[in-house]
Amino acid sequence: MPRRLLRDGVIVDDDWAYVAEIGGDSTAALILTFAQWQSEREAWIARDGRLGVVLQPAHRVELLAPDLARFALIAADFSGPSEGRGYSQARALRERWKFTGELRATGYVRRDQLFFMARCGFNSFELPAADIETAHGALSAFSWAYQPANDAGLPLKLRHR
Amino acid sequence: MYRYDVVDKTLVDERVAQFRDQTRRFLAGELSEDEFRHLRLRNGLYLQRHAPMLRIAVPYGLLSSTQLRALGSIARRYDRGYGHFTTRQNIQFNWPKLEQVPDILAELAQVEMHAIQTSGNCIRNTTSDHLAGVTPDELEDPRPWCELIRQWSTFHPEFTYLPRKFKIAVTGAAQDRAASQVHDVGVHIVHGPAGEPGFEILAGGGLGRTPIIGQVVREFLPREHLLSYLEAILRVYNLEGRRDNLTKARIKILVKSLGLEEFRRRVEAEWTLIRDGALRVTESQIAHLRSFFNPPAYRSLPNGEPAAGKSTAFRAWYRYNTAAHKVPGYRAVYISLKKPDVAPGDITDTQMELLADLADRYSFGEVRVAHTQNLLLADVEQERCFELWQTLDAAGLATPNIGTLTDMICCPGLDFCSLANAGSIDVAKLINDRFDDYDYLYDLGELEIKMSGCMNACGHHHVGHIGILGVDKSGEEWYQITIGGAAGADASLGQVIGPSVPKADVAETIARLLEVYVEERRADERFIDTVRRLGVKPFKERVYAAPIAA
Repeated sequence: MPRRLLRDGVIVDDDWAYVAEIGGDSTAALILTFAQWQSEREAWIARDGRLGVVLQPAHRVELLAPDLARFALIAADFSGPSEGRGYSQARALRERWKFTGELRATGYVRRDQLFFMARCGFNSFELPAADIETAHGALSAFSWAYQPANDAGLPLKLRHR
Repeated sequence: MYRYDVVDKTLVDERVAQFRDQTRRFLAGELSEDEFRHLRLRNGLYLQRHAPMLRIAVPYGLLSSTQLRALGSIARRYDRGYGHFTTRQNIQFNWPKLEQVPDILAELAQVEMHAIQTSGNCIRNTTSDHLAGVTPDELEDPRPWCELIRQWSTFHPEFTYLPRKFKIAVTGAAQDRAASQVHDVGVHIVHGPAGEPGFEILAGGGLGRTPIIGQVVREFLPREHLLSYLEAILRVYNLEGRRDNLTKARIKILVKSLGLEEFRRRVEAEWTLIRDGALRVTESQIAHLRSFFNPPAYRSLPNGEPAAGKSTAFRAWYRYNTAAHKVPGYRAVYISLKKPDVAPGDITDTQMELLADLADRYSFGEVRVAHTQNLLLADVEQERCFELWQTLDAAGLATPNIGTLTDMICCPGLDFCSLANAGSIDVAKLINDRFDDYDYLYDLGELEIKMSGCMNACGHHHVGHIGILGVDKSGEEWYQITIGGAAGADASLGQVIGPSVPKADVAETIARLLEVYVEERRADERFIDTVRRLGVKPFKERVYAAPIAA
């Protein structure tokens, strides 16, 4: 059964696969680990098909900056309920490095974090089955924001006047 | 004071709905204890020793009489008839039922209050000087800036899952009454080289297991950059603060391990990228926030001598429990929550309601919470202090001990807290029993005793003139004593005098420290100054010279 995820506010079947799931030979849209990308960079560049990569919390976004144009997807992995570096990674990718592809939250991702994640620039979310149906409501848990972040559309209190 | 607009109101209501749903999911078994823990902590709710503890935010210590009345009502109906004010100007209830917490939050929302970010690894309530706006030694009222930081930090999407908790204090006066140097970030209102207004920014202060005084990251920050600079500090911390070890996760450890220079370099590099972005504070934004803190309608009065010819009791209270006000004819009045037989910082439901009424009658309907766990009516006419005192005295709220030995800061300790190693409230009682002679207390002068039941240091023992730390010694409660700490503008960390002492010896140990002080002090020298002049040695020698009789 394909993985379902929330992307741009809609529940869809995932059209990406991880290398660990299907190997590296296919021309499907493929998500690499950061180590796979680093160790065989030239081979992946030569391959046909879209590429994505997963950042672990300790990875520095700057390391990916020269290659950003090669990726149609970047995922940030959340190792558990207290992990928070992915929020800053996402904002750096969107705001500093102007990444416009799919920005995906993976790992420990639950409905209660979605509002914050979306405001940092994530637009797709791998969620457990119990959370995916209710996720859409969680994205609009709050109808205002106090501070500017990486979102458009949400009215900002600190820019209200 | 700041009043909610439709945005604040909507957000707080939406938070209540969200938390109600999270509580329902937990009680229905849809959320594990660990998952719920991360959610409830960001909403001020601890589940511990006896019952849940709910911490409610009092932004920079400012309460309206309506809010205080609501807190009294909540204390009566959902708790056991009292609340506890903390060193970060918040209030805690120790006995609510988990199922009722959403209802409590809904009632709080009706009076523009909440428990958002009062615990958990996020940006906590911004604290400030309890004399803000009324003290004569102030450069500028810090509260509009506090409110700006409150708004910026509330539900900050990037900084809600930090390595550890993050506390900011803002002051605008020469004296530091907010312990800003032992905060993760301290913001001081200062004037720049050409007299232009701005801020000095400190980072990396903190107490706990590794007490550190904050260091100056930026000597002068133009005011329009306050939020972008804070955001740069938080971003560096969020990405680089340690997450592998809870006891090394505060920003103070990051600043220490990188060194101040390297930490500053990283913050400034990040700030350079964002300083001219959307966080820039405009004149109209700050003017709007200032409009909430305009001076109340003071009457034109002369300064008087309200204590002249009055009873000794009133004169003592007026001297110790009131402070200078920048407007002639007015005083700031402390409400001591340090009555000897009451746990420091505790207040009953009826006392809260009485104080709300007194605030309406004497102080423009506002009450403040001091970092020292006392309350204030900040704008009282001098000539009305006597009648106010009579009412306070009858209600047990006129203990004339502000700034003296028995005005102790004290954490809830073993009685209420699941982290504590040892009791602190009962030690406070032993100290009160021993030092019940007001002539002696007044003779000792300014003295800050601060007591924590464990090394998390909620009672700020490191920065007490005398600090008392509860330690567990093979299942028994012992206490380590430090002297020479201070939290003000001359902040310093106390030094341990020697081996810890059993509970029964704490009061006698303090008595011996004070003997040395009384013998050695020069003229008007305070205890802390004598310690600084002489060092720990003579105090240590006296304490351990002879065993303390059981």
